[in-house]
Amino acid sequence: MIKDRLLKSLFVSLWLTVLTFPVMVIRVNTIEDTVTWRWGNLLLILIGSYILSLLWNYALERQERGKKVKTNKLSIKIKEIKATFSQSRPMKTSGIAAALLAIFLFPFLTSFYQMSIMNTALMYVMLGLGLNITIGLGGILNLGYIAFFMVGSYSYALLNQAIGLNFWIALPIGGLVALILGIIVAVPVLRLRGDYLAIVTLAFGEIMRIVVENWSSLTGGPSGIRSIPRPAIPGVDLNLIDTAKLVYFIMIVLAALTILITLRLKDSRIGRALIAMREDEIACQSMGINITRVKVIAFALGAVFAGVAGVVFAANTTFINPASFTLWESVLVLCIVVLGGMGSIPGVIFAALVLKLMPEYLRAFSEYRMLVFGAVLVIMMVFKPGGLIPEKRKHYNFTNKDTAEFEEEGV
Amino acid sequence: MGVLEVKDLTMDFGGLRAVDHVSLEVNEGEIVALIGPNGAGKTTFFNCVTGVYNTMQGTVTINPPGREAEEIQKQKPHIITQKGLARTFQNIRLFQSMTVLENVMIGRHARMKAGIAGAIFRGKKTRLEEQKLLHDCYEILKKIGLEKWVNEQAKNLPYGEQRRLEIARALATEPFLLLLDEPAAGMNPQETQDLVELILKLREEESISVLLIEHDMSLVMSLSEKIYVMDYGKGIASGVPKDVKKDPIVIKAYLGEDIDA
Amino acid sequence: MGFDYFFKLFIGGMTKGSIYALIAIGYTMVYGIIGLINFAHGEVYMIGAFTALIVAGILSALNLPMFAVLLIAVAVAMIFSAGYGFTLEKVAYKPLRNAPRLSALISAIGMSIFLQNYVLLAQTSNFLPFPDMIPDFAFLEPVKQTLRTTQFIILVVTAIVMILLTLLIKFTKIGKAMRATSQDKIMAMLTGVNVNRVISVTFVIGSSIAALGGVLICSHTGRVHFYIGFLVGIKAFVAAVLGGIGSIPGAVLGSFVLGFTESFGAGYISSDYEDVFAFVILILILTFRPDGILGKSTKQKV
Repeated sequence: MIKDRLLKSLFVSLWLTVLTFPVMVIRVNTIEDTVTWRWGNLLLILIGSYILSLLWNYALERQERGKKVKTNKLSIKIKEIKATFSQSRPMKTSGIAAALLAIFLFPFLTSFYQMSIMNTALMYVMLGLGLNITIGLGGILNLGYIAFFMVGSYSYALLNQAIGLNFWIALPIGGLVALILGIIVAVPVLRLRGDYLAIVTLAFGEIMRIVVENWSSLTGGPSGIRSIPRPAIPGVDLNLIDTAKLVYFIMIVLAALTILITLRLKDSRIGRALIAMREDEIACQSMGINITRVKVIAFALGAVFAGVAGVVFAANTTFINPASFTLWESVLVLCIVVLGGMGSIPGVIFAALVLKLMPEYLRAFSEYRMLVFGAVLVIMMVFKPGGLIPEKRKHYNFTNKDTAEFEEEGV
Repeated sequence: MGVLEVKDLTMDFGGLRAVDHVSLEVNEGEIVALIGPNGAGKTTFFNCVTGVYNTMQGTVTINPPGREAEEIQKQKPHIITQKGLARTFQNIRLFQSMTVLENVMIGRHARMKAGIAGAIFRGKKTRLEEQKLLHDCYEILKKIGLEKWVNEQAKNLPYGEQRRLEIARALATEPFLLLLDEPAAGMNPQETQDLVELILKLREEESISVLLIEHDMSLVMSLSEKIYVMDYGKGIASGVPKDVKKDPIVIKAYLGEDIDA
Repeated sequence: MGFDYFFKLFIGGMTKGSIYALIAIGYTMVYGIIGLINFAHGEVYMIGAFTALIVAGILSALNLPMFAVLLIAVAVAMIFSAGYGFTLEKVAYKPLRNAPRLSALISAIGMSIFLQNYVLLAQTSNFLPFPDMIPDFAFLEPVKQTLRTTQFIILVVTAIVMILLTLLIKFTKIGKAMRATSQDKIMAMLTGVNVNRVISVTFVIGSSIAALGGVLICSHTGRVHFYIGFLVGIKAFVAAVLGGIGSIPGAVLGSFVLGFTESFGAGYISSDYEDVFAFVILILILTFRPDGILGKSTKQKV
């Protein structure tokens, strides 16, 4: 009943207004000894929470009702468009060609600033895809993921300082160091259940950061390491803008590699084992799968990508310190995977681009960024746990006499 | 010796003795049923045999045809499955977001070799392995009668089909012994009849022995050559179906009172 | 150095332990009832402290005796935090009661971040000086160097809370309902227990106790910040796990063990790495004895 709904939301909004009254309306500043009353906020909460409550309850009800039937006109239209695209060969090839062209031309058509943003966004695409292997495929909540990123960065920075290690060689080394760390971390974590595992990974991430912050003799402490050499092509002299273009192409290649590897992994024996473990550990074990091994793989594999991305990050910004690798960064990457869709490659790419590019274009609202992230996590879990672009499993086409997949739908 | 021999299996949950010195034997090619009132400890018994619980006492010995006998108590579940014991679960435990075919493919995991390198590089060996896998799994689905659901997500299957999928998945592990935990739970008479035929067919064509927990007496009576009865964790009777049916101890356990037979 | 230093560290450890205990109780109660780590619990603690600050700020114009300000601030803080706890359960946890654990966990993290930034934006990112609302007791004057009044109050209050809580759980109807629900939710429902109400009550009790802790500790340290809930929350969680999650006496025991370890560790080994102790303990405990000191090992029913 509409009236009931309106009334219910009224109660909710009144409740929230009273609840948030002290924090939202009254601002006490004990440094300057002032007390400010912001009555405007009162109105804001009253009206805002009313509308939100209506939307929230409406969405909840729809979720209850519409669990089986999905006849949203818009989504049908989208499905039709997608079908026409993927079915016709010429459309598909021209679509891909256009995308490739856009990707290649991008650095030559945009400013240095825009390219830098895109470079960072691409790094997060790689991070998102990496974490996607651990969380999305393996179902293991690694809250300390950014530690692998940090380890990659510091490996390059320190090895470069110590033995003049070249950027290009540092790339695989960063991945290797992260891999080793991933295996080390996986060992104690192996037999823990979901919640405990998450906290322990968070603990690891924080321990790593605190150690790096305090071990000044090794890592430069809170001030970090400076003058890290940019990526360079031997013999070629690159200015700042051209270096950025180089980084861009490096990231495109790395991202493409990550996508390819993840794609291959998803529909392989190991990939299926990861997903089975995510869905039901006990059934997975009963099918003859060694869970311990699979968990280590989920961890370590995810770590490698972060490590490699870390090397590029260090080379790109030329200066790193522990402050770039906090829990918030881990949460951001988590957000990317959750928003995009666990196990879904296009979802994660989309979410990474959105979550990294949008704040740049919505600079005015940057204060609210984390607030929005927190809300997004809750909202996604309640309404769309599968993500914006949910994972889709591979379909195999069998002829009557069976065998041979030749048409594989679902990326 | 039977393909499975359990001696004096005992398992405690804190202060409660869930399984109390239970012994049973399954001979090659036999279909054996384990019955008893709810809470008798049957599923716990299964969990001990399959390694899900590993704090029990007693021995579990397997003797697969063509191999040496060995004791498997307290080993890890995945090792036990690799040795040829496969199971289904009382509450369906399918991999819900994977397709029907993929659920069966998982069963084959332990019999395959491809690792990370295989996954990434997709060399010839890996591709051939995957081809064979797809072929074999499709055949299994046809055998169970689920081939038309091939690409459907497991969670979208009707209930009876989900139960059959669990069996298909267990079958993919190439077991010599299948442990079925209430395979007919929630099925209507037609589905139950189909299930009986399926189990008999599997026993014939795959040379599999079966140990099943069931409450559906018609299925138990028509299918099993031997029945073991549990109550309050203890084994209280065993024998051929027609004898067990008349055993006053068994009747008392189910009905809770003496009844003149 | 010597004995004086040791005793100072000892008291410090007791104090820390008490605060962790006040918060750990909330974690362990919620975990016992719905099997979820309430990540946002630390934020409720922080909001309690902020609320008290705000109340004290308003009342400062009225020239009331310190003690009255303290009581009013604490009461208001506890009420509001209880409200936050109640609301956050309904918004972020209730809809996910039947969802996979991973989802509820992520939602909890989201709520934690949301609340932190909510306070950050609505108030300030600065460390705000927190008035010491606890009056000085004359009889403590001679031992002022080792035992400050704030510490004394913290210890006493914690002890009182423990006793009251134990009485509540053991002897009242709602306490029985809570114990029943934590052991077997479905059975409790079948015997007429209003499980929703029990869950809400659990959150309310845990949150108000945490708020109390928040006010006390901020009086002691003299400052408040939107981030304090997070770090303390993690440590209190470690304490709860250390003692055996789901067990209230365990939470208290674990809290004191952690408090002492941190205090002595920072005092004798290194104060830079103080935070690391909690994390290391967590990893050790979960590796070697995941059920905690007093925990009962729970077998998963398959």
